[in-house]
Amino acid sequence: MIRIANAQFWVHDLDEALSFYTRTVGWEVQSDVTVDEWSFRWLVVGPPGQPDVGLVLMPVPGPPMLDAESSAQLAELVAKGAGGTLFLETDDCRAAYDELAARGVVFNDPPTEQPYGIDTSFRDPSGNNIRLTQVLEFSMERGR
Amino acid sequence: MVVPPVRHLLRAKDLADGRYFEPLTVADLAHAAGLSPAHFSREFRRAFGEPPHQYLLTRRLERAAALLRNTDRPVTEICIAVGLSSLGSFTSSFGRVYGTTPLSYRSSFPPARRHIRVPNCIAQAYGRRENRTFGEAKPEAAPYRLRGTKEDDS
Repeated sequence: MIRIANAQFWVHDLDEALSFYTRTVGWEVQSDVTVDEWSFRWLVVGPPGQPDVGLVLMPVPGPPMLDAESSAQLAELVAKGAGGTLFLETDDCRAAYDELAARGVVFNDPPTEQPYGIDTSFRDPSGNNIRLTQVLEFSMERGR
Repeated sequence: MVVPPVRHLLRAKDLADGRYFEPLTVADLAHAAGLSPAHFSREFRRAFGEPPHQYLLTRRLERAAALLRNTDRPVTEICIAVGLSSLGSFTSSFGRVYGTTPLSYRSSFPPARRHIRVPNCIAQAYGRRENRTFGEAKPEAAPYRLRGTKEDDS
């Protein structure tokens, strides 16, 4: 059996991202290991109650891993929102929205009814997109 | 690493994507990006390949197209629901970009196949059409069809 263990986002500033995902969003640090020799930090965060799936935060690398031009391009693409999306689920989208908004998350849209449920979205400080969906039984009557 | 300035332009794009139903203007988008309107329009175009007023219009048209497919709401109501105030210019912009009238766009989708079952952000990102000028060739009326998912076969 194959399972998804971690997914990864590029971020501009690891400390800023760590603060956002833990203090603002309220997630836990699942793993935080620094390899001094490589100047590398393996940092994995995730929501409380789901220890077996995590989000790996990695700073956009520079030379020698990635040449300076590509590094700048990658940083810019992430800032443009082209870095990808993390799809989250919740049992109560409006409650989660209120809770996160109170902690300082700036949402892109209010909880909105869709045929597949209720959802909303926000970005991390680098521009990575995070979608938060409460899945409901599919109904074309919802969200009219 | 310094955050690329384009991150601020993304705030403006997000505002258009998330609040298109409000009476937003380019000045509002510029404010979200923290730039003067003239400078903002130039920078937005450089970053995203089209001017902000056009992005906002095509976002509204994309949402209108979704409401035409997904609901039976009247065209006038849909026009207002996506943040546009003039029915005449809505019909005209819609025709220019979608190559047909709102009502014939709606009737080109059989009711059971109207809804694309993907998260809304995906529908918004991929469903938005480029703006067109009147001189360009007419776009195809309904270039996509749904196939290949379990839900669509039901």
